[in-house]
Amino acid sequence: MTELFPNLAIAYGEIFLALGAMVLLMVGVFKKDSVNMVSWLAVGFMVITLFLVLGNGGEQRFTFSNMFVADGFTQFMKILVLVASGLAVIMSREFFKLEGDNRFEFPVLLVLATIGMMVMVSANDLMSLYMGIELQSLALYVLAAFKRDSERSTEAGLKYFVLGALSSGILLYGCSLIYGFVGSTNFTSIATALYGGEASIGAIIGLVFVLSGLAFKISAVPFHMWTPDVYEGSQTPVTAFFAVAPKVAALALLARTLYVPFGELSSSWAQVVIFMSVASMLLGSFAAIMQTNIKRLMAYSSIGHVGFALLGLIAGTTDGLKGLMIYMAIYLVMNVGMFVCIMSMRRKEEGMVEDIGELSGLGQTHPMFAAFISIFMFSLAGVPPLAGFFAKWYVIIPIVTQGHFVLATIAVLASVVGAYYYIRIVKVMYFDDPVEGFVPQKSYAMKIIMTLSAILVLAFIIPQISRPVLDGAANAAQGLVQN
Amino acid sequence: MEHFPILSAITFLPLLGVLIILSINGEKEVVARNARNAAMLTTIATFLFSLVLWFGFDKTTAEFQFQEQAEWLGGGINYHMGVDGISILFVLLTTFIMPICILCGWETIKDRVKEYMIAFLLLECFMIGVFCTLDLVLFYVFFEAGLIPMFLIIGVWGGANRVYAAYKLFLYTLLGSVLMLVAMLYMYAQAGTTDIPTLMNFDFDPHAQTWLFLAFFASFAVKMPMWPVHTWLPDAHVQAPTAGSVILAGILLKMGGYGFLRFSLPMFPVASEELAWLIYALSCIAIIYTSLVALRQTDMKKLIAYSSVAHMGFVTIGIFAFNIQGIEGSIMVMLAHGFVAAALFLCVGVVYDRLHTRDIDRYGGLVSIMPRYALVFMFFTMASVGLPGTANFVGEVLVLVGIFKVSTWTAFFALFGVILGAAYMLYLYRRVVFGELTKADLKDLLDLNKREIIIFAPLVFFTLWMGVYPSTFMDFIHVSVENLTLQHEISMSSYHALTQTLAGH
Repeated sequence: MTELFPNLAIAYGEIFLALGAMVLLMVGVFKKDSVNMVSWLAVGFMVITLFLVLGNGGEQRFTFSNMFVADGFTQFMKILVLVASGLAVIMSREFFKLEGDNRFEFPVLLVLATIGMMVMVSANDLMSLYMGIELQSLALYVLAAFKRDSERSTEAGLKYFVLGALSSGILLYGCSLIYGFVGSTNFTSIATALYGGEASIGAIIGLVFVLSGLAFKISAVPFHMWTPDVYEGSQTPVTAFFAVAPKVAALALLARTLYVPFGELSSSWAQVVIFMSVASMLLGSFAAIMQTNIKRLMAYSSIGHVGFALLGLIAGTTDGLKGLMIYMAIYLVMNVGMFVCIMSMRRKEEGMVEDIGELSGLGQTHPMFAAFISIFMFSLAGVPPLAGFFAKWYVIIPIVTQGHFVLATIAVLASVVGAYYYIRIVKVMYFDDPVEGFVPQKSYAMKIIMTLSAILVLAFIIPQISRPVLDGAANAAQGLVQN
Repeated sequence: MEHFPILSAITFLPLLGVLIILSINGEKEVVARNARNAAMLTTIATFLFSLVLWFGFDKTTAEFQFQEQAEWLGGGINYHMGVDGISILFVLLTTFIMPICILCGWETIKDRVKEYMIAFLLLECFMIGVFCTLDLVLFYVFFEAGLIPMFLIIGVWGGANRVYAAYKLFLYTLLGSVLMLVAMLYMYAQAGTTDIPTLMNFDFDPHAQTWLFLAFFASFAVKMPMWPVHTWLPDAHVQAPTAGSVILAGILLKMGGYGFLRFSLPMFPVASEELAWLIYALSCIAIIYTSLVALRQTDMKKLIAYSSVAHMGFVTIGIFAFNIQGIEGSIMVMLAHGFVAAALFLCVGVVYDRLHTRDIDRYGGLVSIMPRYALVFMFFTMASVGLPGTANFVGEVLVLVGIFKVSTWTAFFALFGVILGAAYMLYLYRRVVFGELTKADLKDLLDLNKREIIIFAPLVFFTLWMGVYPSTFMDFIHVSVENLTLQHEISMSSYHALTQTLAGH
């Protein structure tokens, strides 16, 4: 069905944020020393966008010639993306205040990336998929290299750009193959075309190419190579942003791509996803053991967590999707909290530090801070009663229901290996001797984010806290599968 | 009528104590004193609350009592608490041991007292939760959560090699538990609920039962611990502070036995019966092997740790005898071991506090300067050996009676273990307490002080009570165990009937 004029109401959030980004750019250019104002405006715009997304309702609607979709699933994922981005803006502002870097482009780029991610989440066509990804990626490339006089940052940006461009190429090639063999770029049309019949080998190869391109964005093995370097090289607020929002968006996109147009081919893609998931979990666990840089460690940790999140896709059921969404919501809280802690690692002389050894003895010198890090670490390790355990619980249930016992066993065993390096940080903080000169976090905003995340992680076990997330995810999952 | 949620109150009262201690600030000395007092008051209050269970428990029914139910995660996963004859005594044991633990670290813990007390109170909450909960997920949450405080207790306040021991404890136990987690997920997928009473009456496919049993076994065998996965225990015991050892021996080890009774036996009856030979074999090896190892130890704590493994061998044998005597006996052994092993670790703690070594060779002839200590130590040595009139005797005899009906050879090896047990305990006692007092640094050791006597007195009392008049405790257990064995027989006979009809066709 073609519309004379597209129904913009469905995309109000994206449109508003895009206009907002232009406004921010103008403010930044024409007003001197406006970085604080731009940052807080950016946060404000994101909050308004959040309400626009919320106000959109959960029922499924299409617009822009079916290229753009809004339903419960997109709503849930967009909320996660917006919360993660908003917090990233606040975190980066506090960070750059201390570092003395006051360029207003940072929040603007974050906002642009966020629009890209929202388009990704809502993409219902290979074209809008690619547009979303590129809008997001171009902003992220610049962010990675944001500290341009630092060799590490530049290297990170360049590496990310080159590899990202390669993956985009693969993705595009996959898209063209699918278009060539199926005859449409629209998800709904592809689903109809593939329904019932035998899929041509070309379409399957195209799908694998698209999968590879998306695997790069979520840093699933074997397309994870860039992750540790980019995480380590970029400035910490950039890393904090990379670790959450783009992954949420890319996983949402992956879920839709696999479920809606290629749901019929699930037997073909399931093997690929199983491989990526298992390899990511194992690599994430084992490779992190030897890391001494906490950002590198978090990079491997995020690879492992993506492996877990992918488990939700393998099941191919509503419960699996629900698990994936719960996983991402909890992952967001844990990672935001942990990265605020990492940004709080400062020494008197050196400034920001990133070595795990620097945390030595914090249990004695800064008990609250150490307790927060421990909470995040135990939660990331998946030890109950913390939120991380429930995240794992809800992605593994659908796997077991589907009879993938070996997969479930590998997953839990990988989590034990992962526990080894997470508790090493606890060990450093509590069992080792204190080192002088650690500067506590002074910013109130950072403290509040840290405390709130820790409380959420601790309190997820309380039904009043967890039920909204669980029910919301269940409804949202229903929304996608109904297609 | 809505009754007072007593089980939740007992479980979460220690958390209140944690909050109170968290709010204490000020000078180091003041904080330490207040933290100690607050922890003591909390544990005593918890104990007093738990007495409500002791007096209010209906001993004539096998039903779960003091039940509480509330919505939790949804989808068949609910907050469900309740105790029956099998679990109630473990709850009471926990609340009883905790004040003793707090008291035992009263003077010896000087660093980070606040954190120490918080860790113990958290641990208490989780341990009570394990025994009270009637929901699989909640059980797992409590079961695993206990690892966090235990990891910190050993790692922060432990001995020289504490980091290694803490890691070993954490990773071993986690490894066992995650396998149980997969099994739990399967059960949830099959039954659609994690309610334990419902699952007890759910017939799992006999073939799947074997796998489920093995997965649960992986977890409980590590926790018990059974040979060959016991190696974390000596390390953890040796490195843990005294109170940590007491908790470990007194309560944490019982979670494994409790798990077998609560899950393995009633939920996987066929697999339990079919794999009983495995349990017998491992238990016999554990009893004989660890007893022999215990004979050769030079570290007092290590010796008692190995003796714990041997005693737990009795427990598993008794549980898998599938008759009333065996199961009641194993519960009694667990309770008795809770008192006696805890007391033995406290005995080690007493001399360790004075001389800061656990090396047996550094001691000798303590009887002439520490007569009161010698008496207490002897009492618990005898109790550990299983002298009639002490707690262990009752349990061990029942276990042996129970297993004798089922497997004579197992009974033979277990009995052999009793003899070895007497050997290593008496050998230990002789080397530490008897002989000439030749070592110079021993000469000015002080005998038990008032605090230590207060610690030991209730343990002596209960050890004797259980030994002389066990009916007080057995009455609690009896009906539930009877029901357990009855249910087991019913499911076994229906299984046999099923296999026969299948074979007939």
